[in-house]
Amino acid sequence: MTVNDTKTPDPAPAAGARGQSTTRLGDRVFSNLSKGSGIALLVIMAAIAVFLAIRAVVAIRANEGNFLTTFAWDANADPPYFGIAVLLFGTVVSSVIAMVIAVPVAVGIALFLSHYAPRRLATPIGYLVDLLAAVPSIIYGLWGALYLVPRLTGTYDWLDDVLGWTGVFAYDGSPARSLMTVGVLLAVMILPIITSVTREVFQQTPKAHQEAALALGATRWEVIRVTVLPFGRSGVISASMLGLGRALGETMAVATVLSPSFLINASVLESGGGTFAQNIASQFKEAGSMGRDALIASGLVLFLLTLLVNGAARLIIARRKEYSGANA
Amino acid sequence: MKLSRTRGRRALGLGAALAAGALVLTACGTDDNSGLPGAVDFTVDDLDCGPGGTLLASGSSAQANAMEVWVNTYQANCEGSQINYKATGSGAGVQEFLQGTTAFAGSDSLLSPAEVEESRRVCRDGGRAIHLPMAAGPIALGYNVPGVPDLALDASTLARIFDSAITRWDDPAIAALNPGVDLPDLAITPFHRSDGSGTTENLTTYLHESAPEDWPHEPDKAWRGRGGQSADGSSGLVGMVQQNEGAIAYFELSYAHQNGLDTVNVDTGADEPVEATVDNSSNAIGQAEVVGEDGDLALELDYATREEGVYPIVLVTYEIVCDGGNDPATLDLTRAFLDYTAGEEGQRALAEIDYAPISDDIIEQVRNRVEAMD
Repeated sequence: MTVNDTKTPDPAPAAGARGQSTTRLGDRVFSNLSKGSGIALLVIMAAIAVFLAIRAVVAIRANEGNFLTTFAWDANADPPYFGIAVLLFGTVVSSVIAMVIAVPVAVGIALFLSHYAPRRLATPIGYLVDLLAAVPSIIYGLWGALYLVPRLTGTYDWLDDVLGWTGVFAYDGSPARSLMTVGVLLAVMILPIITSVTREVFQQTPKAHQEAALALGATRWEVIRVTVLPFGRSGVISASMLGLGRALGETMAVATVLSPSFLINASVLESGGGTFAQNIASQFKEAGSMGRDALIASGLVLFLLTLLVNGAARLIIARRKEYSGANA
Repeated sequence: MKLSRTRGRRALGLGAALAAGALVLTACGTDDNSGLPGAVDFTVDDLDCGPGGTLLASGSSAQANAMEVWVNTYQANCEGSQINYKATGSGAGVQEFLQGTTAFAGSDSLLSPAEVEESRRVCRDGGRAIHLPMAAGPIALGYNVPGVPDLALDASTLARIFDSAITRWDDPAIAALNPGVDLPDLAITPFHRSDGSGTTENLTTYLHESAPEDWPHEPDKAWRGRGGQSADGSSGLVGMVQQNEGAIAYFELSYAHQNGLDTVNVDTGADEPVEATVDNSSNAIGQAEVVGEDGDLALELDYATREEGVYPIVLVTYEIVCDGGNDPATLDLTRAFLDYTAGEEGQRALAEIDYAPISDDIIEQVRNRVEAMD
């Protein structure tokens, strides 16, 4: 899904090629190949949607609970009884936590790399950030479970002291395998993708804009505020959506760190909850045919959620384009 | 992502990625997760080999270690045979078997009547699926309480601990079962499996049968208890117990041994609390009754036993086959392989890897059933 996002902005060259009158063999082959790829993508997406929908309908029809509001997952029971409320909540909450942590940090790193760091430093740090993206998610999961979880207890105790009265940050001292921990871990995981896209966008800020700002006596921070940030805004949003896509669908790291349960805990610091992808990974092994269809139904909801998020991001970007100076 | 990047940069990035990959590989390499003790001898003297060929099977991960030894032994002694057992979990294994893609399934729980009916579609000559008990293993209760190497609990206390009704290790109910033991003032964190599991089903069957008032939840592969935390897979639970003081969880005995965890002695009402050992769970299998009919060898354990040295929380893991075989092409090989696993050599191999052999009179029936597959 994220791949076609980055492809679509340049249909112009293809249209130009089609309009040319000289049709050489190479042109025709290439045009057909690219047309074929485009169609194949649509067919694959449609096939996935149809497959998910058919299997999902089977499960939802047989479901004794309410698919949207039931707090349980007994899909293998007879009759099956399951609902996605907890999964939807957990997926959204953990991803939102991840975004809240990752986006500001990523923008900071990107600005540092593109505008503050000397070139000698920026290049290796850039590699280091990209390297984070090459680590398999199960490794993040193990790191989270073995290293991060025990060390977050102290921080959570402190959060409980300061903000415990809100209920959202209440903490009982049990092992910190909660949605908050998952959010922190996901933030680390989506940091590289947001950082590198954002950095590329910031680097493309027209020199003329920046020099104009400098000429008007702007400080470096003012240059960034007046030229780089407005120019890069839609890029930052796109980058965040790429990261969000990864956070929504992350499976192994979540399954390794979270202590899943089918209860919604008001506190994000206490264990419990679950996400779509984690639940599918956990339940699939022992699922019967109905259990499998139920998991597919939950997968369909994740599919729709991701489509929705991407669509919303598109709308925001389209609306902001005129102000951003991206056409300059 | 990398919109403008020179070739040199790309090469450097690739090198870095390779280095990271190498790190990952070494990390996996040092972690022996096969679950087998260092040197298992795969050679046996007299093994009746079937015809060559490939046999596909899948299912329970609880019997994966036993299968590993059996498969390796069989293949080492019978050239040209390849047996491929995928530890996909009982549910997935049964699914594949019912679709006719595998010759047999490994399962820790019995098929439902509906599944037995469904099996008629893939079984030859109007046959149906039957259960062959092939190995058993004690489900150990591993705990992490510093300074308490020996701990006795009974079914009622266990049920209340896992149901979050007892929350401190110095609870009077625990102290009463452990006179003279200095129990710390420490919170109990019970851990259960987050994935569906035959181990969960066997433990909760024990709790439900032995202490129905303290464990009112129906036994199931999914966890029904209240509170506590969960983790993925037996190895996940082991990690949690090692990591957290005050933790208690359940897994097959081999996991506890490999990781040096203390295990609970179960107070069954016998004079001495019973330790989770291979011998003690063999004793439980000896008291099991065959409840299957018409050649089916499904077992029922006596959870209420008070006899000396009988460890009641035992997982029996079955091979599920068609009574007349399903695919004629693999029937002979299936029969030869299962004949070996149910044979003396196959059963003897179990004790070395923390499984309990099936008792003599029952395994005799299993052998007869296997030989009658035709």
